[in-house]
Amino acid sequence: MNNMKSDAPLLEVSRLSKSFSSHRGLSRKKAADIRAVNDVSFSIARGETLGVVGESGCGKTTMGRSILRLLEPTAGKVEFGGVDVLGLRGAALRSMRRRMQIVFQDPFSSLNPRMTVGAAVREGILIHQLAHGRDADQRVKVLFEEVGLDPAYVSRYPHEFSGGQRQRIGVARALSVEPEMIVCDEPVSALDVSVQAQVINLLQDLQRDRGLTYLFIAHDLSVVQHIADRVAVMYLGRIVEIASSKDLYSDPIMPYTQALLSAVPRPEPGRQTARIVLQGEPPSPANPPPGCVFYPRCHHPRKDEACTQIIPPLEEKTPGHFAACIKEPPRTVELLMLAAQAAR
Amino acid sequence: MSESLLRVNDLRTYFHDAGAIARAVDGVSFDVARGETVAVVGESGSGKSVTALSILRLIRNPGRIEAGSSILFEGREMLGLSEKEMRDIRGNRIAMIFQEPMSALNPVLTVGEQIAEVVRVHTDASRHEAWERAVEMLALTGMSDPRERATAYPHEMSGGMRQRVMIAMALVLRPALLIADEPTTALDVTIQAQILELLQKLQEQLGMAVLLITHDLGVVAEVADRVVVMYGGEVVERATVTELFDSPQHPYTEGLMNAMPRLDQKTARLTTIPGIVPPSTSWPGGCRFRDRCAYAWERCEMEHPPLYAVGENHESRCHLAIEPDRRQSPHEPLAARAGAHQ
Amino acid sequence: MAAESIGTSTHWTRHVVRHAGFAGGVLALIVVVALLAPLISPYDPIAQPDIIGLKNAAPSFVHPFGTDSFSRDVLSRCIYGARVSLSVAGLATVIAVTLGTLYGAIAGYAGGVIDAVMMRFVDAALAIPRVLLLIAILALWNGLPLWLLVVVLGVTGWFGLSRMVRAQVLSLRELDFVAAARAVGASSPRILIRHILPNVVPTIIVAATLGIGHVIILEAGLSYLGLGVQPPSASWGSIIQDGADQVGSAWWISLFPGLLIVTTAIACNALGDALHAAFDPRHTTGAMAELDS
Ligand SMILES: Nc1ncnc2c1ncn2[C@@H]1O[C@H](COP(=O)(O)OP(=O)(O)O)[C@@H](O)[C@H]1O
Ligand SMILES: Nc1ncnc2c1ncn2[C@@H]1O[C@H](COP(=O)(O)OP(=O)(O)O)[C@@H](O)[C@H]1O
Ligand SMILES: [Mg+2]
Ligand SMILES: [Mg+2]
Repeated sequence: MNNMKSDAPLLEVSRLSKSFSSHRGLSRKKAADIRAVNDVSFSIARGETLGVVGESGCGKTTMGRSILRLLEPTAGKVEFGGVDVLGLRGAALRSMRRRMQIVFQDPFSSLNPRMTVGAAVREGILIHQLAHGRDADQRVKVLFEEVGLDPAYVSRYPHEFSGGQRQRIGVARALSVEPEMIVCDEPVSALDVSVQAQVINLLQDLQRDRGLTYLFIAHDLSVVQHIADRVAVMYLGRIVEIASSKDLYSDPIMPYTQALLSAVPRPEPGRQTARIVLQGEPPSPANPPPGCVFYPRCHHPRKDEACTQIIPPLEEKTPGHFAACIKEPPRTVELLMLAAQAAR
Repeated sequence: MSESLLRVNDLRTYFHDAGAIARAVDGVSFDVARGETVAVVGESGSGKSVTALSILRLIRNPGRIEAGSSILFEGREMLGLSEKEMRDIRGNRIAMIFQEPMSALNPVLTVGEQIAEVVRVHTDASRHEAWERAVEMLALTGMSDPRERATAYPHEMSGGMRQRVMIAMALVLRPALLIADEPTTALDVTIQAQILELLQKLQEQLGMAVLLITHDLGVVAEVADRVVVMYGGEVVERATVTELFDSPQHPYTEGLMNAMPRLDQKTARLTTIPGIVPPSTSWPGGCRFRDRCAYAWERCEMEHPPLYAVGENHESRCHLAIEPDRRQSPHEPLAARAGAHQ
Repeated sequence: MAAESIGTSTHWTRHVVRHAGFAGGVLALIVVVALLAPLISPYDPIAQPDIIGLKNAAPSFVHPFGTDSFSRDVLSRCIYGARVSLSVAGLATVIAVTLGTLYGAIAGYAGGVIDAVMMRFVDAALAIPRVLLLIAILALWNGLPLWLLVVVLGVTGWFGLSRMVRAQVLSLRELDFVAAARAVGASSPRILIRHILPNVVPTIIVAATLGIGHVIILEAGLSYLGLGVQPPSASWGSIIQDGADQVGSAWWISLFPGLLIVTTAIACNALGDALHAAFDPRHTTGAMAELDS
């Protein structure tokens, strides 16, 4: 995997924002905009997997879809292979779509119930004229083989498949146009562990064989750790920490990341984890707190007024490890004391 | 197991659907002692929810609890009780919470009214007393300003808050047993941590037993005293939580543990269990797991394995218990060979 | 094979199919009779063999439905009337369904202000009772040509459907498979035609089936008022009108076409309901398969 990476990033996202306005139709009554993605920047190298984690509603899906232009970003810049994606129109945009694909979370709504699964996979091939007639059918069958499905299934309808099989079909559809990058939006969240492992292995095999680049979104931190080279943590529309998978999991800097990691239940009975249980829930993205968005729930022993004054920039704290916190990270001892306090 | 609160014995719940019989729960036995937490784990379709619903006798047509099944609760045979006697038990002695709190809450009543309603159905508390108990219970679940929250409608709350309401509603009458069917599956990890912590705290305070249904082994390790692993409508392994994690005996249990990516150990490649859970209308003969199993041999095809005792308080439904040497020769499971296409 | 499809009740499926089958059979019979009218009709529907001797003859072996005041055979008139009633209703429904689907699909897919404006118009149109609207329009003509009646019935009949289609399109376009199609580069027309409309077809078929029954009754009512089908053409409605002033003495003239209208309308409704249930996603798996085959 590693040898495929080159230095020039394949995808470069800068200051991307996406707001949803909440007025509807003809009524001009305007409530506060929902700032689903707020000033997000990062890049991904060719052949790399960037994991994105965060709780539901933090903007992961909106970010993924904005990059693919399935949603129109409100501001920012997306460059893919040197091309400014947000400036593309019509045919140019459609040919860019070949290069970036998406696999969805929901195995049910992601397939058209009235279209055979073969036709679903063939659609992209026909649109981009990669093959015609029999050749196209043949390609579909090869793709089915590649994702571990019986090619004889091409003429069946989605309801005849299990959740794991549907996800494979979704992967085949994404591969049909021979993309360079795939946004995987929680592709295994709806699956049982055993099936989840099958799909994760498939995605890893495909990456190795085809040199794919992944933006891998998930809320399961263990899954992301397993598959990602680097990981970005999102909170309330912002990236609050980004680092190599190894650094992020062994040495999280943002108090939010620390809490998130400590909340994951470990399959080791009897091990009483020093746990930081976050109080409350994330605030509404329509009305984010001033300054650091995590401030109201933060357990940092030295948090203070200053945190509410400025929006902490994503700073490089150690080489390659960026975090959006203006304070020195709390030391392990301090965290243990906090957890012990909470336990009492 | 000196004092058994719940004893499920040879429970069979079948769905009779024009010709086909779905044997969703097929001979399940386990018990729950007062105050302890028993986890039921298994993939979807293994019969966990049907087991839970059977205990409360909430199985509807075409489902049926078959003759010969037995569910003893506080020493009473529940399968012989009238519907009215069952209603006295439900929500009172045994309470249940579900994965999706939204569908279990009434959208047109405030959450306080719904909790108070439970109190009024089962006790002769006045309207006012019931309301006070509802507020008090909401406070116990850690809600700030419970008096005000009680007047909110379910749709005005987040998923985590709704689950707290469900818990308040379930526990307001201090049941002896709480059945929690995937109570945190729909929640984020940080909220899950809050809810699990809350359940453990309340369990201690109220001294109730918990039957926790989940597919997450991490959750099991964290809260359970004993574990029941289900596959194909059957119990395939039963052990204390430490036993189970230290030395899983059934290949299915082992498979589940290996398939899970773990934060504390990085592996290059996940071990999978090939294939999928077969439909409950057509369990394979012999061992139900054999097609997906890396050890299966002829015996597994011919003989349906019983629950072998494999240690103190540890049982496994696998012939490996009597032919342990077979463990030395794993092979590719049938499901992996026959259908690379599953 | 897939675990999700196991819940389908095959018993239920058979029930629906039988129900739909019976209603469909009745309708098919009526359509066949209408098509073969010249072959099976015992008499010429406008022949007046004996205005005095055969006037208002009660049902008998030679005239099963009796005769009317011009000695015309009521059975033959009903058989030919089926042609008029069914084709007026059928064509009007085709017009209504086409307009409603297009209008609703465009509004739903475009969304935003376009949608809002288009739907306000529908709201306004729906606020006027259709019968009043029709009477107002039709009263403008004296001796209305049949094709115009069809057009007027069609053009006033699509508002409700357009709303249903629009609501469905609105929710369908948010589904992931639509995003997936866009992601592989599908154009908007393609998405609408290949992905969204096929999923609206069940709604359209159900609406059309229910709509035909409704239009048959509506046309009969208008013809009864003298605003609908004009002589010498005769629909079931106008045959009832022929016998209207003699219901006491020659009840058969109005009764038989009336029964036919009721039967056809009920059959349409039953078929529509059965189809509606069959298309319900919770039951689709089995029921659709059986209907498809
Ligand atoms: N189409 C939309 N209209 C309005 N708000 C939306 C829309 N899609 C997402 N949101 C809001 O944007 C925020 C981020 O959502 P999403 O990107 O789906 O988060 P995630 O994928 O991390 O769960 C949420 O608050 C959500 O309610
Ligand atoms: N109402 C029902 N009718 C027919 N089969 C059912 C019904 N409910 C559950 N089943 C079957 O019972 C089996 C077990 O289901 P369930 O207990 O819900 O599994 P779990 O909770 O472990 O995911 C499944 O195969 C399912 O298809
Ligand atoms: Mg999402
Ligand atoms: Mg379940």
